[in-house]
Amino acid sequence: MLNIPCPWCGLRSEVEFSSGGESEVIRPLDPLKKSDHEWSDYLFNRTNKKGWHVERWYHIHGCRKWFHIERNTITHEIRSSWPITEKHPEGNLSVSYSDREQ
Amino acid sequence: MKKQPFRVEGLGDIERNRPIMFTFNGKTYTGFKGDTLASALLANGVILVGRSFKYHRPRGIFGVGVDDPNALVQIGVHGRSTPNERATTTEIFEGLIAKSVNVWPSLRYDILAINNSFSSMFPAGFYYKTFMWPASFWPIYEYFIRKAAGLGTVPKFEDPDTYEKKYVHYDLLIVGGGIAGLVAAHVSAKAGNRVILADERANLGGSKFNSEVTINNKPVKKWVSDIESELESIGDCMVLKRTTAVIHSDHNFVVLREKIIKPNNHSSHTMISQRLWKVRAKSVIYATGALERPMVFQNNDLPGVMLGSAVTDLIHRYGVCPGKNVAIAGNNASIYTLAEDLKACGANIVALSDSRKKSDNNENLAFDSEFPVFMGQAPICAFGKKKIRSVSFGPVNIDTAISQNKDDKKIDCDLLCLSGGYDPNLNLIAQAGGSVSFDTEVSSFNCQSIPKDIFLIGAAAGNFDLQDTISKSLNIVKKIIKQNGTSVFPDIVYQTKGSKSLNAVSPVWYVQSKKSNNKQFVDLHNDVTVSDIDLSVREGYKSIEHFKRYTTSGMGPDQGKIANVNALGILSKKIDINPQSIGTTRFRPPYTPITFGALAGRDLGDLAEPIRITALNVWHQESKAVFENVGQWKRPWYYPKNEETMEAAVNRECKAVRKSVGIFDASTLGKIELVGPDAGELLNRIYINRFDDLKVGSCRYGIICGDDGMVIDDGVTSRLEDKRWLMTTTTGNASKVFHWIDEWLQCEWPELDVFLTSVSSHWSTITIAGSNARNVLLELAGDVDVSNSSFPHHTWKIIKIFGVVARVFRVSFTGELSYEINIPSRYAHSLWESIISIGERYDITPFGTESLHTLRAEKGYIVVGHETDGSVTPDDIGFGWMMRKRKDFIGHRSLSRESIIGEKRPQLVGLLPETYIPEGAQVLSDEISGSDKQSIGHVTSSYNSPSLGIPIALGLIQGGRSLIGSNIRIIGPSNSMSVNAKIVSHCFYDPNGDRLNV
Ligand SMILES: [Zn+2]
Repeated sequence: MLNIPCPWCGLRSEVEFSSGGESEVIRPLDPLKKSDHEWSDYLFNRTNKKGWHVERWYHIHGCRKWFHIERNTITHEIRSSWPITEKHPEGNLSVSYSDREQ
Repeated sequence: MKKQPFRVEGLGDIERNRPIMFTFNGKTYTGFKGDTLASALLANGVILVGRSFKYHRPRGIFGVGVDDPNALVQIGVHGRSTPNERATTTEIFEGLIAKSVNVWPSLRYDILAINNSFSSMFPAGFYYKTFMWPASFWPIYEYFIRKAAGLGTVPKFEDPDTYEKKYVHYDLLIVGGGIAGLVAAHVSAKAGNRVILADERANLGGSKFNSEVTINNKPVKKWVSDIESELESIGDCMVLKRTTAVIHSDHNFVVLREKIIKPNNHSSHTMISQRLWKVRAKSVIYATGALERPMVFQNNDLPGVMLGSAVTDLIHRYGVCPGKNVAIAGNNASIYTLAEDLKACGANIVALSDSRKKSDNNENLAFDSEFPVFMGQAPICAFGKKKIRSVSFGPVNIDTAISQNKDDKKIDCDLLCLSGGYDPNLNLIAQAGGSVSFDTEVSSFNCQSIPKDIFLIGAAAGNFDLQDTISKSLNIVKKIIKQNGTSVFPDIVYQTKGSKSLNAVSPVWYVQSKKSNNKQFVDLHNDVTVSDIDLSVREGYKSIEHFKRYTTSGMGPDQGKIANVNALGILSKKIDINPQSIGTTRFRPPYTPITFGALAGRDLGDLAEPIRITALNVWHQESKAVFENVGQWKRPWYYPKNEETMEAAVNRECKAVRKSVGIFDASTLGKIELVGPDAGELLNRIYINRFDDLKVGSCRYGIICGDDGMVIDDGVTSRLEDKRWLMTTTTGNASKVFHWIDEWLQCEWPELDVFLTSVSSHWSTITIAGSNARNVLLELAGDVDVSNSSFPHHTWKIIKIFGVVARVFRVSFTGELSYEINIPSRYAHSLWESIISIGERYDITPFGTESLHTLRAEKGYIVVGHETDGSVTPDDIGFGWMMRKRKDFIGHRSLSRESIIGEKRPQLVGLLPETYIPEGAQVLSDEISGSDKQSIGHVTSSYNSPSLGIPIALGLIQGGRSLIGSNIRIIGPSNSMSVNAKIVSHCFYDPNGDRLNV
């Protein structure tokens, strides 16, 4: 069972959270302009990364905030967490909302 | 008191002035306080304790802890009866009743021992091969297997005791209270760290317990008890004995199981039987020691053959020497220490074999004059029937010994001690993600890489030198306490004397027999022999994971703790691949079996899951409602009157609603308040239909899809104020929808200024439905105009009822004139009772969920989860017209794919069957599909309609809307059911909605 660092509440046990999967899934701004292929890519395809993975979690039994974490899918180590609408602290990762604006 | 023939005076750490009587297989014995069942039995000379799993061969106590593969017992009686406990880990108490498992009809005369004579019939893979075909024979096989393989009996009575769980957080968890673990705990606790130390035995001290070793010139026993009291005096340090670490999960979440001795009397007094500790530790140290492995030769499973470490432990802890004439066989230095221990007990050592050509420090020479010492030899065969009588030895060739002739010299003995080397106990570290590699020097697996914040010390780290272990442990603890922010390291010295280190081990994987290899046991628990390994290799099961499953080696309660490395070594010889390349099977939790009671804790019965009740529950119960579980909710299903059947009650309730008025508790509906300037826009995106144009005071039905275009929920949403909305969801999806909207809002559309609040339980909802509903409401409404023109369908009003603000929504799920009165929950009960008394003159009738569903089915209204199953689009259920065309909403893009608009989609229709048909039944039509075997859809809802007096159903049928008027056949679930039906429109009752708009 993971120990997850909520940016607001600190380290809390996994039972308080629910997982929202990969962060790097970006919903197209105008879905109706996307081809079937592009749309199904957004809907169904995930990178299923081995190693460092950015994913989003929901502190469902806590502060009810969504946020991102970087977790190693092999060791389960978590090395950072940050609010959902903000960019990755080191800057070069594409994660949902914040990158959609560009 | 009867004498205990194998108890040695002056040794052990038991309380000889506290005798304890216990019963084993119906006979009464005496042991002492501090004994385990195994030590007490051995003290009394009880050798035979069980029968083996497959061949029912006689078996004795082999190991001394959780590694013992043989002595499984059922302890206690009645509700306290517990199957498959280990005699070696069960402490005796006054009145203990224990019996062997896997014997029938009795231990001495085991009928199934005949399996032993036919052992060639039960080779590896037996189950797979024999039971493949024919399938119809399975019940027969199963009966036989269950009878033959039964391990213990499930108690028939409820366990009177409780189990509990406890969550704790510590700086450091140390697993294993041997010398290494104690030193680590002592230093770190002294440094001010919060420390928890767990050991599975009743005493700390590990393998050195009560031995000749001294620490700081104190005998080890004294040193251990001094350290223990010191640890207990430190507030932030906890010592848990009889506590096994069973699971290591992510981020140092470790589950410990603490056993508390449980009497087997009939007392109804409840006690805590076991405690499951869930520990989150910043660092974990495993000081789990090493497990000794046996040697593999003919008849090595005879009672009286034991692990050398088990005998040492029996002598030191319990003052029990389980033999008088003892033979010793091994491949490492530990056998010489054992010989000294045995001599100290006054045992007669008859022979010792050391498979190495030469011992480390010529220890063999010291004993040469006292008894025969065979260098470069190993046991070839043990002889005896129900216990060992003699053993023969022969020379070792590289790492297998070869049986000589018949005239191998037999040496008489009643105990044979084996030491085939030591395996560091790496189960938990492997669970944690550590990797292991084979060390040829000691012929065992060592830990190669250790995950972050986990540490290994002592024999578990492959370190068999006590002084060196201590200094390495101190270095590790230094690192840990520094990491935990403590810079002062207590200056403590631990000087040991009298311990012997263990160096090289030369493996003897097995002794090759001239005859067959079918009595050379590798895994005693599962009766896996060398010949089974041969067979597995012949049949191609060479990968270690395949091998394990084919031979069953390493399965079962002991998980092959002492068997796995030998099995691997032999496999490695047979296929000529080195052990490192073969690798190990995966170490899985739990380390030792846990009883279900400990896992369940107090989450039983009413506490198994939260129960949700509405504010009207007391009234429902007093009115003898029959309840239905809807998720966690208890909802009135129907209200039977005078012994009515369910069918009669539902019929009466439905008719009352259609004829006059009914009252229904709809409080479980999900209610979400959305507040903010962008709430209308958010709703536009959440629902498939538009909402921002809804006027204050109005309500609208909407459907919610996922982004894949499939319906996930529906409900009515009302505009309360310009910037305040109330959304309702289905009962079952209330929290799911709430959190789902929250996700969209936070993750995708944070620019929308909306606040979400779940108000499901703040407001209770009382529905009054039927043509007299307005007459009832009139008496509550005061001067509020509730006429049809002022308060039409799909609008809502605030009405002060007895001074309390209620929100009254004119919406309907029954097809009748209907009001949903929302009132703060604390007033719900009194309002309900007032309505009942006001409604008396209209014969107001409470109705339950079954009637509600029946009434809505007559109207063809869908229920999410009945008519939808995650693969149904709005158009499939007849709401294609509702979708917005140009603006984006969740699911829009998916719903515009060509393949989802096709004519052959399953479409919601009504069905008129000749007789009632069960939901889920399949719809067939040779005319439509061209085959009488091809299903064209299924029944989603089915009722006997009280209003129409005929059976009706809803179904999803391929292209169903164009098939209205067709005749079809409905079959299943049993083959014999086949009913003719006609496809009709899904609305059976009042299709024009006249009754809604009166
Ligand atoms: Zn939080």
